[in-house]
Amino acid sequence: MNLVLVEHTEGAPTDVSLQALALAAGLGGETHALLIGPGAVEAAATVPVAVAHVAEHPSLQAFAPDAWASIICTLAERLGASAVIAPGSGPATDAMARAAVRLGEPLAANVTAITPGSPLLLTRVRWGGSLLEEARLHSGRALLTVAPHSVAALAPAAPGSVETLTPELADADLVVQVRDRVAPPAGGVSLADAKVVVTGGRGVGSAEGFAPVEELAALLGGAVGCSRAVTMSGWRPHTDQVGQTGNKIAPDIYIACGVSGATQHIAGTKGAKRILAVNTDPEAPIMSVADYAVIGDLHEVLPAVSAELRRRRG
Amino acid sequence: MSSAFPTSARAVVIGCGIVGNSLAYHLTRLGWTDVVQIDKGPLPNTGGSTGHASNFIFPVDHSKEMTQLTLESQRQYIEMDVNTECGGIEVARTEERMEEFRRRMASAKSWGVDSARLVTPAEIKELVPYIDESILLGGFYCPTVSVVDSLRAGTIMRERGMENGALQVFANTDVTGMDVEHGRIRRVHTSRGTIEAETVVVACGVWSPMLAKMAGAHIPLTPAVHQMIDVGPVPRFEATSSAIEFPIVRDMDVFMYERQDGVGLEIGSYAHRSILHDPEEIPSIEEAALSPTEFPFTQADFADQMEHALELMPEIVGNESVGVKYAINGLIALTPDGMPLLGETPEVKGLWSCAAVWVKEGPGVGKSVAEWMVLGESHIDLHSSDVSRFHDHQKTRNHVKARAFEAFPKTYGIVHPSEQWAGERGLRVSPMVAREQALGAAFYEAVGWERPQWYEANASLVERYGVEQRGAEWDARWWSPIINAEHHAMREHAGIFDLSAFAIFDVAGRGALDALQHAVLAQMDVPVGRVVYTPVLSPGGGFKSDLTIMRLDDEVFRIVTGGAHGMADRKLFADALPADGSASLVDVTTAYTTIGLWGPRARDILSSVTSDDVSHEGFPFGRCRVIEIGSQLVLASRISYVGDLGWELYVPMEQGARLWDVLWEAGQPHSLTACGIGVYATTGRLEKAYRAYGAELETEYTVVEAGMQRPTVKEQDFVGKDAHLRHREEEPAAILCTLTVDDHVSASGVKRYPLGREPITLRDGTPLTDAKGRRSYVTSAGAGPSLGKYILMAYLPPEHAVEGSQELAVEYMTERFPVTVDVVGARAPFDPDNTRVRS
Amino acid sequence: MKVLVCVKRVPMTGGRIVLTHDEQAIETKHLGFAVSPHEECGEEEAVRLVEANGGESVVLTLGVAEAEEQLRDAMAIGVDRGIHLVTDGEEWDPEATAGAIVEAIRADESASGPFDLIFLGNESADSGGYQVGLRVASALGRPCATGIKALSVEGGSVRCEQEFGGGRDVYELPLPAVVTVLEGLNLPRYPSVPGRMRAGKKPLERTEPARPASRLERARLVVPAGEAKQAAVLGHGADAAAAVVDLLEQIGVAS
Repeated sequence: MNLVLVEHTEGAPTDVSLQALALAAGLGGETHALLIGPGAVEAAATVPVAVAHVAEHPSLQAFAPDAWASIICTLAERLGASAVIAPGSGPATDAMARAAVRLGEPLAANVTAITPGSPLLLTRVRWGGSLLEEARLHSGRALLTVAPHSVAALAPAAPGSVETLTPELADADLVVQVRDRVAPPAGGVSLADAKVVVTGGRGVGSAEGFAPVEELAALLGGAVGCSRAVTMSGWRPHTDQVGQTGNKIAPDIYIACGVSGATQHIAGTKGAKRILAVNTDPEAPIMSVADYAVIGDLHEVLPAVSAELRRRRG
Repeated sequence: MSSAFPTSARAVVIGCGIVGNSLAYHLTRLGWTDVVQIDKGPLPNTGGSTGHASNFIFPVDHSKEMTQLTLESQRQYIEMDVNTECGGIEVARTEERMEEFRRRMASAKSWGVDSARLVTPAEIKELVPYIDESILLGGFYCPTVSVVDSLRAGTIMRERGMENGALQVFANTDVTGMDVEHGRIRRVHTSRGTIEAETVVVACGVWSPMLAKMAGAHIPLTPAVHQMIDVGPVPRFEATSSAIEFPIVRDMDVFMYERQDGVGLEIGSYAHRSILHDPEEIPSIEEAALSPTEFPFTQADFADQMEHALELMPEIVGNESVGVKYAINGLIALTPDGMPLLGETPEVKGLWSCAAVWVKEGPGVGKSVAEWMVLGESHIDLHSSDVSRFHDHQKTRNHVKARAFEAFPKTYGIVHPSEQWAGERGLRVSPMVAREQALGAAFYEAVGWERPQWYEANASLVERYGVEQRGAEWDARWWSPIINAEHHAMREHAGIFDLSAFAIFDVAGRGALDALQHAVLAQMDVPVGRVVYTPVLSPGGGFKSDLTIMRLDDEVFRIVTGGAHGMADRKLFADALPADGSASLVDVTTAYTTIGLWGPRARDILSSVTSDDVSHEGFPFGRCRVIEIGSQLVLASRISYVGDLGWELYVPMEQGARLWDVLWEAGQPHSLTACGIGVYATTGRLEKAYRAYGAELETEYTVVEAGMQRPTVKEQDFVGKDAHLRHREEEPAAILCTLTVDDHVSASGVKRYPLGREPITLRDGTPLTDAKGRRSYVTSAGAGPSLGKYILMAYLPPEHAVEGSQELAVEYMTERFPVTVDVVGARAPFDPDNTRVRS
Repeated sequence: MKVLVCVKRVPMTGGRIVLTHDEQAIETKHLGFAVSPHEECGEEEAVRLVEANGGESVVLTLGVAEAEEQLRDAMAIGVDRGIHLVTDGEEWDPEATAGAIVEAIRADESASGPFDLIFLGNESADSGGYQVGLRVASALGRPCATGIKALSVEGGSVRCEQEFGGGRDVYELPLPAVVTVLEGLNLPRYPSVPGRMRAGKKPLERTEPARPASRLERARLVVPAGEAKQAAVLGHGADAAAAVVDLLEQIGVAS
């Protein structure tokens, strides 16, 4: 059987967790889920598995990756899971890596596809998505995280049954635990959540040149992003950076202005539903990933679009 | 750019770098419409060398052609308002370099860059406050050095061309192939479609060889690296308001330059090992991390350069908060001889090359090649850049790379005008080589040919004839007093010369006479057995070449020209052939070798080995005929470039050694001396005021100015006739004169010998400028041993062209040496009545 | 303080990745190399900590001989010395990588004392395994926080911030600790020329560890097919404004 670590938020399993469940289904056999932390019980109600295990413990109000790893390992061993799969999010990956150490097994991160067998054949992501790797996993128990948005999610549905467990946690498991929550340094709409993202690249030309980008983003209630070239030039802070080592965005529309489209940048935009590129070069690499394009100078195009928006709003 | 892709064009220009943009614009300016320009990259920065060029212009070069192209380019950049004058200083850390700067001053004055001057370390410090002048001896400062925005200039020129619809530009368009039919370009295949065109220009920088190959032509260049880094932000520059407010510094002795670039300092280096790449290696735009011509920086090759930059500009480079922000191995194009590659390719009619051109001469080249294409000739003489100049071996990838490899370390080097290459030697060897080696020949190379410059075996003649050694090392470098001694020996007895390097073409057929008649100035309908010496004119009446033609038969003419320009001459005559095929050209350069025999004893020697009549009456001057020498049939031609009695003797290449041996043996009783090219090309001809193409003779000067007009002009039409007739009616703006140096002794007590290109001035240093704006400068310099004088040839404005005048000087290494105007015009200083030649 | 930063040499790719013929690696013939932006921040943090607190910083890499370039780059911005675990170019999987790093750390610590802090990138730019730092920490028995974008050392512990949701979670780890960092932690400095010159002379220790068999074994690399999109051109220049707003209205973000 396969054990899937299911993350949850606001009483429901996350989308990527549902994708992890879909990947697990591809392995065949029974699938169980493990949910940890506040809200787990409520979320467990819509996890489409045979059994949803909910771990409750007073010390687990805040995320503690070693504790999670301990719970994962204990349960996996108790259930005799042949595979443990988790969504490829930060915290889940963190916990899985620690679990891999405890279980003495390799961990394959950001998997997009698997073929059962011994060894397990899998495809995983490299270079933030710009390259794929086909690999063989030699392990007694397969440990995988799923690359977000590479597998279609299962629909939420009630599990066969829900079981609660109270894990035994050592003090050492709680040394690394969230002690506090603070606001991020910059205000404004978070890039990761924004429905509209407008970025400027090298083509913007200067820090001041971002004015039309900011104006359009404000009009659309969106967030302003930038490419690494912009950050490296000191025109905008890293918190605005979109790309493999910056923010990963998933807006309804991503408007890329003066961005050439290097692979490292595109790696941060895979979740975007649509991409509109504004560029003077009709053959820039971004044009092969964009759905729409305007050929022209962003300093002319963006103000015109902003003006048209204002005009139609009256 | 959303217009339909054309299916035909008057001309297709491939390349949207500075050169392609300039060429396309100037073609339309000169009236061509229906010009299509394409590039595989985006605009405005296509990813070629223009995109990362340092963009600065230092106008003074020892080459007149390069300086003219640069000054013309600067004029255009100024007109387009993209030129920022910042000044430039070449600094010296060594005395040798200071001497080279004095040489630079001569070139500056000869080419009219009058604001250039030598500066002291203190003056350098004033101009460039962040320099450590304590390590410098001085500098060569040119206030008109500038930085240009080459991308903006390119855009402006393209837009001008497009204004009236004469030019269409298509970026992101790959050329995938070219079709050639009957030796002529017909069409270009691209990723957007096929264009029928009979004129195609390859202006693709480092990619050019690949494009040329598609059509079966050669554009011999190799991509090479030159390193550059950018450091910043520089506190001192943060206060400046423009991109560059301090002069550019070239640290010549360590092969580096430093210039302000906004708030950064750009540091470039030509000091590293030669790093060559093949055009095929250049990545595509998608694959390259930066641009295709910006290769990853190799830190190890810049190790010494960091120290040198720190030595020169410690205030900036030693500042720990100034970071290295950008570093690349940038690609540039290098050619076998360092000059650009311009003109119609000899292999494919209609396929033009416009490659290996730097930003500093881009617009000038574009204008010149456009003039060449549209008007038939360019205002600036481009003979040193002519792509048809190469001999076969020079077109090979191996040779191009070998020469580029050797040349790169000399980019900022001190290069003697006669400096010889170390590598790629022994490629073309005369049949007489064994004899020459035995005589201790000092071999100099010309277009691959190993030619004896002089012979060490003649060393004892130096004392015999009392030849002085030259006191200054520079003047004595790549020279030997043996040359002058050989000259004396020839004039006293006779000399034997190896002239294997001649380029020889036979033009034959019914239409041969008409074709040649039209191509050259002189009357070609001469009796069989005549040798005609003739200039070849450009449409504007200037010199494209000068050579001799023998009429071997009614329909057979043999053209003999110097090896150095032989291939360009071959194309010239091949282009002159009639379209109906009634004449053909065969290159017999390597079928025949030539031995020269001249001197008072020449006839004695020759008559002793042949029973044919070689008396003056039996074999007059200017005749050619086949004679028998032993078991050899020898084509003998009685002309003389050294101004003495004698013949050029032609035999098949494989028989050369035999003929040499026969003549050598026969010559011993007559004190025959082996003489090298030092005599043939310099001492012999200078005494006779014989002009040389590429020295005195260029398109810039007319036949009349060169003093070479004949009494009458033939009635047949020929290239340049109208212009020539006009020139004969006008007063010449300058007159070619022979001058002699009165007093060689420099201030330091050492006798100096100018080597060529120095300005001729008034005694107070004022340069001479003629009515056409041309400066007077030394076109040829060398000893006239039989005269006991040192000879300089120069074009002088008429008011100064006065025989016996002693108001002039030659400025050499910033010292002025008085000269006398010995002869105005073409009269020979030595044996003016030509008694020796016609004896 | 004694601080270690672990880095990995990776190629700097452009707009398109090209593979070698055998599909085992990226074709790097004309690519430059660097370390990932996360690791650059790790290097910068190490240098700053030693500037503020005294001590020494060390940079370590498991990689080919040419990876010395990356170690010298780190030294050029101020890292004091380097440790080079030289490989033959074959890829090491995360377990094997962590194992070799741990061995080198143990050797160095027994010679000159423990590292107060060990920095690694949260994930490598190329293989993206997301686990080497955690494996190293576990083997050494030290606490580890991942994905850190801000940190400060206070007394005997390190305070780390990790982005989550719309905010940042704060961890406090007692030293010695291991932290995996993300770009944004700081703004790395560029090396100065004197820094570069000094880097060439700083100490560098080399060993050649033996590579164990991989349990996560690469079979081949594949460039993703991509959707072969043909972007629909809405217009040129300012004239396209109307078409763009039409699109925005259609999506439902225009108001």
